[in-house]
Amino acid sequence: MAKQVLLIEDEPNIIEAISFILSRDGWSVSTHANGETAMDAVRRHTPDALVLDVMLPGRSGYEILQDLRADPEMGTLPVLMLTARGQKKDRELADKLGATRFMTKPFSNAEVLTVLREMTGGA
Amino acid sequence: MPQSRLTGSRIRERRLALGTRQADLARAVGVSPAYLNLIEHNRRRIGGKLLVDLARELNTEPAQLSEGAGQALVNALRDAAARFENVTPELDRVEEFAGRFSGWSALVATQARRIEDLERVVETLSDRLTHDPHLAASLHEVLSTVTAIRSTAAILAETEDIDPDWQSRFLRNMREEAQRLSSSAEGLVTYLEAGADTREMQVSAVDDLAAYVGEAGYHFPELEKPAVGEGEIGLMLEKAGPLRDKGARDLAHRMLVRYLADARAMPLSAFRTSLANTGEDPARVADGFGVGLDAVLRRMASLPTAEDEPGRGLVVCDGSGTVTLRKPLEGFPLPRFGAACPLWPLYQALARPAQPIARVVEMPGTDPKLFLCRALSVPRPAATFDAPPIHEATMLIEPVEHTSGPVLRVGASCRICPRETCSARREPSILGKQS
Repeated sequence: MAKQVLLIEDEPNIIEAISFILSRDGWSVSTHANGETAMDAVRRHTPDALVLDVMLPGRSGYEILQDLRADPEMGTLPVLMLTARGQKKDRELADKLGATRFMTKPFSNAEVLTVLREMTGGA
Repeated sequence: MPQSRLTGSRIRERRLALGTRQADLARAVGVSPAYLNLIEHNRRRIGGKLLVDLARELNTEPAQLSEGAGQALVNALRDAAARFENVTPELDRVEEFAGRFSGWSALVATQARRIEDLERVVETLSDRLTHDPHLAASLHEVLSTVTAIRSTAAILAETEDIDPDWQSRFLRNMREEAQRLSSSAEGLVTYLEAGADTREMQVSAVDDLAAYVGEAGYHFPELEKPAVGEGEIGLMLEKAGPLRDKGARDLAHRMLVRYLADARAMPLSAFRTSLANTGEDPARVADGFGVGLDAVLRRMASLPTAEDEPGRGLVVCDGSGTVTLRKPLEGFPLPRFGAACPLWPLYQALARPAQPIARVVEMPGTDPKLFLCRALSVPRPAATFDAPPIHEATMLIEPVEHTSGPVLRVGASCRICPRETCSARREPSILGKQS
């Protein structure tokens, strides 16, 4: 059975491109574009991995990650953080809040696939 | 007046520059070559007629030989040396260097000042990159667009069996993102260019204000006319070269409004008369005009002085000790950035609000200079109830020849102050010892 990945990102064309390559790689992909309701989406989809953008409407990816790690049921979910800011302090904040991996934009499709496989042990 | 021990070096330097033989010069001024040799190696002090004769033969002024480079240049060189900890110039010979190579010294001082300015520009730009929300949003937009294009282009290039519908969809996405990137990049360039035009070399608004005040000598004849109003200030600011942006002009506007109020309260001729009648006692002058003592200190600093008069300096700081207004005075260095000497009466006044403080202070140097500093700290009127008090201290600086009372030994700032054992020292000095 294909592994579930939830992509929380608000850029439509990035959503479309990443969804396409993940689907081709055998993942079952769900998407969500709003930070405020992101936690509900995670509970609803119960994914095997989460791809989470930092800059989202409503709530930042960091806040979502913080809530996620404090949640007893979803606290161990592998999370790949995506951000356009690659400064050391951003990476340190992501680490501190418990991101599994951190990737700066622009990234390559191959990188996303490789990291997701490493995080979950394959699609 | 005692002559500097480096007068001989300057005589030798000047003679060599003119290509005059030591024996010829000695004969021209009526001394033996051996004696002139001792003078040139600073082993004999000279003055009076011999100095005048030597200056005449060397086509220069006696003061040029006896006094050499100005203290301001020496201070500027010390300041330059303080900025590079890993470089150890011969600070004990700084006066000699300034005296013998005044052109090169001026270049070093100018370059140090320029480096300081540029460092501040870099700091400002770095701060802007980190905190400017518009720039951050623009860059995020560009990076997001590039990500979408890169990802979509890779799919199109690497997926051989892509469905035609998906292919056309991705091509459309690419076109959309390319247009978006184009307009984002254009907007970003426009924004940066606009910023470069207005803020390219700005160091700080306070620094611009200092340049404006320094250029005018803190005297603005336009505001001394009897019927002048605040409208004149707007006209003055339009012509003010050193004020490079709105922030600096706003600061200057505030300063000029207060200057105008001082001038109206204490018209120039009446103020001069009052000063003369009171023996230049600011407290009695303030009493006579019914104004605050700080206003009198500012007004005294604003008096125009003749070229041969020493003039007066002025420093104003806020409660944090940050200098907000400065009118420089020869021999009393005012740091452009960072903290000054904590012993200045200016800062003592901050600790004792509303208590006027007058002290004669000594600035260090090979020829230490005395200054009478009169300072006062007063709270600014609060706009609301229970607002924290905002204090402002004002200090008038006047050179004095001598004093029979106590002298407070101060400096410019710790980094370039030679008073190693000073109890107020907060960081090591780069200069040699001096109590």
